[in-house]
Amino acid sequence: METGKSDKIIEETDKLINSIGNEPDKLIQVLLRIQKEFHWLPPDSLRRVSERLGVPFSRVRHVATFFKAFSLVPRGKHEIRVCVGTACHVRGAQRVLDAICDCTGIAPGETDKDLKFSLETVNCLGCCALGPVVVVDGEYHGNLVQSQVEKVLKKYE
Amino acid sequence: MEIQKIKSPGELEELRKKIISARDSLKPCITLCSGTACNAARSALVAEAISKELEKQGLKEKVDFRRTGCHGFCEKGPVIVIFPEGICYLKVKPDDVPEMIRTTFVEKKILKRLLYKDPVTGEQIVHEADIPFYKYQKRLVFGLNTKIDPLSIEDYIAVGGYMALSKALFKMKPEEIIEEVKRSGLRGRGGAGFPTGRKWEATRKAEGNPKYVVVNCDEGDPGAYMDRSLMEGNPFQVLEGLVIGAFSIGARYGYIYVREEYPLAVDNVTHAISEASRLGFLGENILGSGFDFDVHVHRGAGAFVCGEETALLRCLEGKAGEPVPRPPYPSVRGLWGKPTNINNVETWANVPLIIRDGAESFASIGTDNSKGTKIFSLVGKVNNTGLVEVPMGITLRDVVFKIGGGIPKGKKFKAVQTGGPSGGCIPERYLDMPVDFEELGSVGSMMGSGGMIVLDEETCMVDFARYFLSFLSDESCGKCTPCREGVGQMLGILTRITMGKGREDDIEKLEELARVVATASLCALGRTAPNPVLSTLQYFRDEYTAHIKEKRCPAGVCKSLIAFYIDPAKCGGCMLCVKKCPAGAIIGERKKAHRIVQEKCTKCGTCLDVCPEKFGAVIKVSGKREIEDIISGVSKEAGVNI
Repeated sequence: METGKSDKIIEETDKLINSIGNEPDKLIQVLLRIQKEFHWLPPDSLRRVSERLGVPFSRVRHVATFFKAFSLVPRGKHEIRVCVGTACHVRGAQRVLDAICDCTGIAPGETDKDLKFSLETVNCLGCCALGPVVVVDGEYHGNLVQSQVEKVLKKYE
Repeated sequence: MEIQKIKSPGELEELRKKIISARDSLKPCITLCSGTACNAARSALVAEAISKELEKQGLKEKVDFRRTGCHGFCEKGPVIVIFPEGICYLKVKPDDVPEMIRTTFVEKKILKRLLYKDPVTGEQIVHEADIPFYKYQKRLVFGLNTKIDPLSIEDYIAVGGYMALSKALFKMKPEEIIEEVKRSGLRGRGGAGFPTGRKWEATRKAEGNPKYVVVNCDEGDPGAYMDRSLMEGNPFQVLEGLVIGAFSIGARYGYIYVREEYPLAVDNVTHAISEASRLGFLGENILGSGFDFDVHVHRGAGAFVCGEETALLRCLEGKAGEPVPRPPYPSVRGLWGKPTNINNVETWANVPLIIRDGAESFASIGTDNSKGTKIFSLVGKVNNTGLVEVPMGITLRDVVFKIGGGIPKGKKFKAVQTGGPSGGCIPERYLDMPVDFEELGSVGSMMGSGGMIVLDEETCMVDFARYFLSFLSDESCGKCTPCREGVGQMLGILTRITMGKGREDDIEKLEELARVVATASLCALGRTAPNPVLSTLQYFRDEYTAHIKEKRCPAGVCKSLIAFYIDPAKCGGCMLCVKKCPAGAIIGERKKAHRIVQEKCTKCGTCLDVCPEKFGAVIKVSGKREIEDIISGVSKEAGVNI
């Protein structure tokens, strides 16, 4: 990565750390903020976190790979979250998920090559009455059946 | 109203009087549910429309409007209740708002088309309290959700908030509070049902300083969301319970752990903490009692295992959420090695009620060993999806059929799954069983955090067990071998069975693995992981055998074992399925019977969904013999080869 970009990431990371605090126990909260800001955890940013919080880099990586909220690769412009909680599962979430995979050409956990969509499955968003539920960029689409998937995704060109 | 910091119980009562007297209890008030489910159903747009319309029709001074937390009737959201009468309008859309306001407040009539309609009798019901979904509930903990704005501490004070805290701090000794909670019989609402008072006592007696109290809002069980709704809708009550607990235990700091998927809960509880601190219900010298207590919110980052208490504590320390063996229990050695008391959201929310109304009043509800009420999230194949608070001891039949309104589309009830991924399935023959900690355990399930997932005849129990095992194998932290490898092996076998490749001895293998995983795993995640398999094997063994021996999925779910056919005699030749089939597997022309090319079919079921009811020509079949029968039957009738 060129120096200019890397400097900017470090500068941003510092700002985020300052807003939360640099104690070692703030590690998860700091990473959540970075993830929110960049939509992923850039390596330069992780190294900076390790320095500033005084946490070994190995532990930063351990935490960054342990939790689902974190991504070590850049995410797509639109984030699709398919609920595969129990209530959605019994109402046919798998069929909806299959249709989304077909439509976008990516599997859960993946991002397409032109960084348009990232696909994730989540285990219950707590709006089971609307199941099966798919959330795209924070917008909820409830009571979906597989035949509607294409139409919904078209909105996010 | 500008409120100063409150420095004594007297000042609190004065403030309460002042707030109440400034309000007209007869003034109409529109309350609109703004929980996550209603928000997903565009509740925010309805709110906008209400504000605009009240202004437009000149009613702004005459009608109050309040956005509240979750009302629980998520199936019919967005939900509106108009006080003082309690008129209930359901599934309100932004376009309905002008007419609703004009009819209700100008013409003083009821807008009938937004009322609840009984699915059986067709009768319309005006008042919230008369709707069966609400009628058979007992809303003690959850009740205030519909009455207060979760962002308004004044609302909470007006309905009696902080009365219990004031009583606990000034009229009771810490030991008396613990004794009261013990006598109430309150048991942890997070899953295991450990007596709350005993837990508090152990933490109080443990040596070490400072001590901590923690709210567990990691509600990871899929299909359960009562903790979120309490946190979103009434964070003050949870905080009040927490402060009372902290005082009796002697804790100086508190943490609220909220899972990543609940952003609104984080916002509302953070706001509640700043409001409570401003008014002197948190921070130094609470209500002038000399007791100091601070609380922090910690956001989870997405890991099911963090609901386990030792894993949760490691997260609070900024580490990966891997469990450690117990004992020592957190009450002895918890956060940073200090005594720590962890309770679930609903448990904390019960505390103010016990202190305010007394242990006897609480203990008068429920069964011998399970007291009070429990909030369940009733979801899955049930008509009235939502949150229901019922007294312990109610029968499953009442919950599913009286409150839940039975199974949609006239389908047959099959089972109720309780206890989340650690729980089990309860078949029809136990529907009249009273719901409490012991009874659920006796039939191989558990209370868990209160998810109640209704399953109908179209749920495949093998696939359902596979679903939970795949969830658990994904969420296993990988630290101990029995859980990491054992659950993976069980998942492999279950997947094989659902693919139609099950072997004769697979059931025995599953049972053997289940024993090992349940005995040797480090934490509760692994120890209870075999439950979904064991309970489905106990009650639905025939479905396993059908998959293994006949290669048949009785519920018609497992893709490898089903096939779709179009009955040429019924097909109207409308071309709908031909157009909609995502695999391009259906051939045919207008007015002529269509045909599915089996080699291309991905078995997504789209054709079955879109085939017009008047034709009903798409047939789903399962089992080698059935498929052969249907092929020969259909082709004979049509005179063609399929």
